[in-house]
Amino acid sequence: MYGRAYKTAVALPPVVWVAAFLLIPYALLFCYSFWSVSGQNVVHAWTLANYRELLANSMYGSVLARSARIAATVTMLSVLLGFPLAYYISFHCSRRKELLYQLVIIPLWVSYLVRAYAWKTILGSDGVLNSLLQFVHLSRGPLGFLLYSPLAVLITLTHIYVAFAFLPIYASLEHIPRNLVEAARDLGASGPRMFWTVIFPLSLPGVIAGATFAFVLSLGDFLSPLLVGGPSGIMISNIVVSLFGAAFNWPLGAAVSLCLLLGVLAILWLTERLQHRLTFH
Amino acid sequence: MPDALLTIRSVEKSFGAMRVLRSVTLDVAAGEFLTILGESGSGKTTLLRMIAGFEQPDAGEIAIDGERIDPLPPNRRPVNTVFQHYALFPHLSVFENVAYGLRVSKVPKTDLDQRVEEALALVQMSKFARQSPSKISGGQQQRVALARALVNRPKLLLLDEPLSALDAALRRQMQTELKSLQRQVGITFVFVTHDQDEAMVMSDRIALLRSGVLEQVAGPREIYRRPRTTYTAQFIGQTNLLRGTVTHGAVSCGCFRWASREADGPVIFSLRPEDIRLADEAHMAPPRSVRFRARIERTMFHGSSELLELVDAGGRTLLVECAGSRDLHGEVLFEFAIADAVRVTETDAA
Repeated sequence: MYGRAYKTAVALPPVVWVAAFLLIPYALLFCYSFWSVSGQNVVHAWTLANYRELLANSMYGSVLARSARIAATVTMLSVLLGFPLAYYISFHCSRRKELLYQLVIIPLWVSYLVRAYAWKTILGSDGVLNSLLQFVHLSRGPLGFLLYSPLAVLITLTHIYVAFAFLPIYASLEHIPRNLVEAARDLGASGPRMFWTVIFPLSLPGVIAGATFAFVLSLGDFLSPLLVGGPSGIMISNIVVSLFGAAFNWPLGAAVSLCLLLGVLAILWLTERLQHRLTFH
Repeated sequence: MPDALLTIRSVEKSFGAMRVLRSVTLDVAAGEFLTILGESGSGKTTLLRMIAGFEQPDAGEIAIDGERIDPLPPNRRPVNTVFQHYALFPHLSVFENVAYGLRVSKVPKTDLDQRVEEALALVQMSKFARQSPSKISGGQQQRVALARALVNRPKLLLLDEPLSALDAALRRQMQTELKSLQRQVGITFVFVTHDQDEAMVMSDRIALLRSGVLEQVAGPREIYRRPRTTYTAQFIGQTNLLRGTVTHGAVSCGCFRWASREADGPVIFSLRPEDIRLADEAHMAPPRSVRFRARIERTMFHGSSELLELVDAGGRTLLVECAGSRDLHGEVLFEFAIADAVRVTETDAA
């Protein structure tokens, strides 16, 4: 239909884009992770020192484990909050469906930074929550563990990623033909039985997609721990940032990034396969 | 009806300002194949969904074996449905689809396997048991949907336009299969369709629904031979409506006249196209018949028969069906038996 020259012309910009901003940086990252630093200079000689350092220093492992723990908890909370919300809007709101859907989506238009800051004002020692607790005499002084803790990171990340979990779950619920619900009821299934044998299994691809979003995005998050995490709430991305910044150890930072990247790719590959297996047409 | 399985009493339903069903009363006998026939928007699907439990009547009662079912949720009614688009569970195999109802009612394993296999054999789908519903054809999905409903041995099987998605040939085949299957299992079928041919072929009785009102409930022969209203006469098959008046025992419809015992006043008769035939010029008109000359305007050849469009002396258009062997044109003599002109009443505007 179209000539070869035309096809090439159309395909070129995205290919160049991907090469310049994805492939080349990843290749550089890969190379850096096998180099080293000496003083202020990067030594371009191949070495496994960075990876040895990662294994030797338990700090990296424990931060990564904490990041994974926080991400897993965020994922669980996001799905646990997002699923009932999506189910309610999809199946039990006929007239206000569009409005409620928009209400869930609208926070996504607000800058992530603003929302993370909002939690800072809510959870801070003279913040909204502490003032309220003291005002109603539920606590005498400000509760220090609210802000600058893993809990604060958890709350902030959950608030941000619940919408990301909600969207694919909602989409999968909307795709379930309503006559399947009627068929199950017609065949004698009670409401809960119908839910667990028809709606839930058919919504699983959406649940997995939502969980993947929440996990991958929160695992690599660095703003929330930076703003509300404090020293006990730092996550793996904060380490990467400091290695590339203040510590000026790009090779080690590259090695940490690459490990994280490989982990994420493995998760994406697994969930992709799982979703494929659970999708029926 | 003494042995009515399903009784519907004065059922009313409105959606907002729209009155979908108006005082519908209908009995269905045990073992009967009843078709609810109507155009789209006539309320036929709403009536079926009420029997299944997916809609609540605003007023009236629905009972099975004398026990009211209208307050019960769909899962507690002794009724199963074959849905219009089959509604097979895409994540379950053909076997598991059919087993669904039995698993819900906790039928023991050995019994369950046997019943599912029997149901699949009944619809000739045994060898597809392990397949996914998405991998089989529309006609096969139809059979599975049927097996999934029948395996529960419902007192009543509801079928919501189950053949509408199939192509014409498969549709005709399924019509005969469905009818013989119904005889075989002896379960009462309530079948919904907008296709009058389908209704005629399959049903023991037809309930013709028009704008939420039951127009006539009768067997296919009776509803065709003795339609009560102009709507029924026109909806079931083709007909000629002859409008006229009775004065002093004589009917006068355009240029047709015949003696009658009807009371004086306006009348409408339905005369089927096949009841008008070519008259033999050489012979006298038989007793109790009407002869007339008409010009043939158009002929539509259908193979075994031919449909003629006539204009008679009064300028009225008439349809005539006759054996399609002669090439007719110009002015021709026709006749019909007075007994074949069936008195019908005008259907009120909806």
